[in-house]
Amino acid sequence: MNFFKFLMYDVLSVPAVLVGLVALIGLLAQKKSSTDCLKGTIKTIMGFIILGAGAGVVVGSLGHFANMFQHGFGINGIVPNNEAIVSIAQKTFGKEMALIMFFGMIVNIIIARFTKWKYIFLTGHHTLYMGIMIAAILAAGGMTGVSLVAVGSIILGLVMVVFPAMAQKFMVEITGVEDVAFGHFGTVGYVLAGYVGKWFGNKEESTEEMTLPNSLSFLRDTPVAIATTMALIFLISSIVAGKSYVEEISGGQHFIVFALIQAITFAGGVFVILQGVRMILAEIIPAFKGIAEKLVPDAKPALDCPVVFPYAPTAVLIGFLSSFAAGIVGMFLCMAFNLPVIIPGVVPHFFCGATAGVFGNATGGKRGAIIGAFAHGLLITILPILLMPVLGDLGYANTTFSDTDFGVVGILLGNVLRLFVH
Amino acid sequence: MKILVVCGSGLGSSLMMEMSIKKIIKELGIDAQVSHTDLGSAKGEGADIFVGTRDITNQLNDVNGEVISLKSMIDKKHMKEQLESTLKKMGLL
Repeated sequence: MNFFKFLMYDVLSVPAVLVGLVALIGLLAQKKSSTDCLKGTIKTIMGFIILGAGAGVVVGSLGHFANMFQHGFGINGIVPNNEAIVSIAQKTFGKEMALIMFFGMIVNIIIARFTKWKYIFLTGHHTLYMGIMIAAILAAGGMTGVSLVAVGSIILGLVMVVFPAMAQKFMVEITGVEDVAFGHFGTVGYVLAGYVGKWFGNKEESTEEMTLPNSLSFLRDTPVAIATTMALIFLISSIVAGKSYVEEISGGQHFIVFALIQAITFAGGVFVILQGVRMILAEIIPAFKGIAEKLVPDAKPALDCPVVFPYAPTAVLIGFLSSFAAGIVGMFLCMAFNLPVIIPGVVPHFFCGATAGVFGNATGGKRGAIIGAFAHGLLITILPILLMPVLGDLGYANTTFSDTDFGVVGILLGNVLRLFVH
Repeated sequence: MKILVVCGSGLGSSLMMEMSIKKIIKELGIDAQVSHTDLGSAKGEGADIFVGTRDITNQLNDVNGEVISLKSMIDKKHMKEQLESTLKKMGLL
């Protein structure tokens, strides 16, 4: 009995251990050697601990940003960044997340096995992020324990199939084949871009007949992209907040130097978090894929958004620029309507805006890519604002989830829960 | 020997390509360690062969090793051909 208690309260309640166990089960299912199992389990646990360590770095930098922005502009500025909010949420909901991710992937396999939707969602970091957001919202809505994990896993498993199914029609138009699916939780935005492109564009005038400069391709380098934009945002905030105020919070460090170092610190924190996520997924996703391939004949892998980039490289750049422009317009609209101000993040606008551009181009050519990605950019400005109230205590963290499907699922889920709680 | 698969964030696409490449080198009977990472870390980490889609390999200049530039991350046939010719060039096949 004491051993059981030890197992329940001291071992399984440690999120890192739980994630390690999930990986171990996956590795055993693949019949890996004992050294591989040991290596994989340790790396997964280490990944989870690294994820937590990155949180401290990001939170510190975001705190300084919030102070400077608020002092300078007198309004609340929010930087939507999946990695940042996930690392904060992981401290409170790590255990629930590990279980929801594990059972959610099983639900995905079951749905794919028994319905005509044969999609296996393989973008693991998004599964992890969605799992943690669902855990946070269900907990904020008053659920706990077994019911939280059960409901969470079913919802996660469902969205892992529903979103690829929504995108499939467009994927066929982009790739020309049926057997690759799209697995990235920005799908609502891409589908919107696809429809907007269809209504306003002309499919015949493809973006790929244009030539664009290569100088923006450094944005594919995520940490560099984050550091550059954050540097700009930090610099503006610190100049508006004023030298004396900033040097008060910096402990005497020159305000420009402080702004630059804090921006790069934020990017560094995100990099640390990504390193953790990478270590966790490297063991879990191959196992998931292996099991799914055995159990689901004709399974279609649903892959990360860069899968569509090679089909229309020019649309990628146009989509980013257009989505980012919409983010800036959206930021001023937020200010005008006294809403929380969403600072356009270069990473969501790059990866998701680019994808929206490719979708828009497939249905509406040049004009489709521009207008479609612009619509997407407005959507990822509005959804994070609407999402924050349902995130519970996490809503105060100066950051939120950035991609559309997190917003859509979170807002629906939070409001449905509210109906039952009150 | 070490093969490093690179993508922008080092999360999803590179992991997918890594899994396909692991399968291919097993078929070819080559003993290699395959892992994935982001663009920034790739230069620091070093490898004998770097693999990425074209838009990524464009930026992988001055690395010490062969660079394989893929047209598509899902076309396994193309991936295999590219790997084979690089391994032949290195005298390993």
